[in-house]
Amino acid sequence: MKASLTLGKVSDFLGLGIFTTLKDLFTGKLEKEDFKNFLRKFIVPLASIFLFLGMWHLGAKSLYNIEAEFKIEKALQDQGQVAADALKACIASGDSSCQPNTLPSPAQVWESFQSLLRDHNIISADKAAFIEKTAALNEKRIAAGKDPIVYTGRPSFVDQIFRSLQTVFAGFFLALLIAVPLGVFIGLSPTLKSAFNWFIQIFKPVSPVVWYLLVFMIVKTVLIGSTEDSSFTISFISVGLCSMWATLVNTAMGVSTVDKDFINVAKVLKLGTFQKIFKVVLPSSLPLIFTGLKITLSVAWMVLIAIELLAQSPGLGLFVWEEFQNGANDSNAKIIVAMFAIGIIGFLLDRIMLSIQNWISFDKQDAI
Amino acid sequence: MTEKSITKEIIAKKFPSNEVMLDLKDLKKVYPTPKGDYVVLENLNLQIKKEEFVTIIGHSGCGKTTMLSMIAGLNPISGGNIAVLGKHIKGPGPDRGVIFQSPSLMPWMTSLQNVMLGVNQVFPHASKAQRTDVAKYYLQKVGLEDAFYKRASDLSQGMQQRVGIARAFAIKPKVLLLDEPFGMLDSLTRGELQDILIEIWNKEKITAVMITHDVDEAIFLADRVVMMTSGPKAKIGDILDIDFKRPRTRKSVLEHDDYYKYRKHLIDFLEH
Repeated sequence: MKASLTLGKVSDFLGLGIFTTLKDLFTGKLEKEDFKNFLRKFIVPLASIFLFLGMWHLGAKSLYNIEAEFKIEKALQDQGQVAADALKACIASGDSSCQPNTLPSPAQVWESFQSLLRDHNIISADKAAFIEKTAALNEKRIAAGKDPIVYTGRPSFVDQIFRSLQTVFAGFFLALLIAVPLGVFIGLSPTLKSAFNWFIQIFKPVSPVVWYLLVFMIVKTVLIGSTEDSSFTISFISVGLCSMWATLVNTAMGVSTVDKDFINVAKVLKLGTFQKIFKVVLPSSLPLIFTGLKITLSVAWMVLIAIELLAQSPGLGLFVWEEFQNGANDSNAKIIVAMFAIGIIGFLLDRIMLSIQNWISFDKQDAI
Repeated sequence: MTEKSITKEIIAKKFPSNEVMLDLKDLKKVYPTPKGDYVVLENLNLQIKKEEFVTIIGHSGCGKTTMLSMIAGLNPISGGNIAVLGKHIKGPGPDRGVIFQSPSLMPWMTSLQNVMLGVNQVFPHASKAQRTDVAKYYLQKVGLEDAFYKRASDLSQGMQQRVGIARAFAIKPKVLLLDEPFGMLDSLTRGELQDILIEIWNKEKITAVMITHDVDEAIFLADRVVMMTSGPKAKIGDILDIDFKRPRTRKSVLEHDDYYKYRKHLIDFLEH
């Protein structure tokens, strides 16, 4: 009972009917008339996933063949028949030194995913061992007023994900802190609105790359002489500035379109400005503000990869870039793993925002 | 406070029912349009005494709501003036409580919070417990003792309007302005709310101005029914005194000999 309840909750949270339908199937609640529903909610998504994997597999295979034939042809022309035969045998044997470099198949991606997890376990174990080994020494160092020794080994894929999440949330909160108050002021005052309108219209479409460069110019000078690594600061500020526009515009719109009846009530009761904003204006524009925040978070996650890549700030973006530069046999597969990680995390972030919105918002029907 | 208004206050204490609470003088409302000014109201004069209940009846679009929102201070005055106890009004304020046509509750607040929003504003020096008591008292009066902590968005339209009534009375206004408060309700709920309104009003005797489309409602609630001419340039067409004793019950009003005379008078006016 408890397990199925949680399953239902998970399914609701994900916005996918699959789990609930599956639960109903096993608990025998599925009626005959629900069969169509079952087909649509369970079989169809499952079938489309398999279709997708199948097409991917076939596509990858044909790309692999094209690449292999090209390689052999080239060897034949450049080095002669013997070299071509050797290469052919090498490719057929599956040896990693001579594999064609192209789109990896689903199986290869799965293999890479598992190897990344193994790698994570090895690195975590290494890190734990290091911390244990240096614990006593660090205590002494701290007592002596010195900086403790920290682990400086290579981050694992999972570490990179958490690093990216840190950056995106730092950027998101920066966007929230700037865009919501500014949006409220702009929404309340037509004067401020005309003062800021050109600013918003011009800067909203600016690309993440340019934002990064702008932030880089400023932060580099501000932090001059500091030994701190500024790449994290630069990337989260850039993420925040890129993504705050949706919240700014939505907040301003929500605030300027508060129900006239509510404003009249506030006027009749002679509420002060502070009370008017916090008791009437903000709560009533909360649904629109949250729609803005949801867009902001998804934009932040999207631009994060590009910005991390430019800023050389650790995270998924850097991971992708390094794998691309690396060119090892499984690099392409790792890039695809990162792609799925980015997609799935982006989806989960969106659902989290939606749940918070549903929880806070007074108008239950409004949230989509 | 000027000497004149102090004297007026003293008079008000001695002769409460003869004091003029609300005074509309040569009231005018003009909306500028591209084709020239559109005059909604002109030469509108009306005096409403303390503890009087006045209903205003007239055709749709004749400017009743405009007049009421001008009294509330929500709509600027184009000409003439409005005075409460001899003092010209400047913008809206809690001395003129409004019950709007739509309940206009903050849907994210509970019914108690909605009433408290006004009470906190009017009695800032009272303790929190005292203010809560005031809010709860009026919510009880409108029959919502079980719904203090229900969100306004979870209440039915009729219950929301009850909160609206409680909110208006709880701020102890000098004048109560009601803009067709029961217009959106079904006739059964409307009857219930009229009873609740008149019951609280009998206790509090707050000077009230109410707009209505309903002839029976106008007669049942009012001491005087003010009939407005159709716009543009609407003004007061006729005033009918309703001489039923208070407290009234629906039954006694309906069975009264004068009831159909009053009713005919109003309908004759509206049909011309």
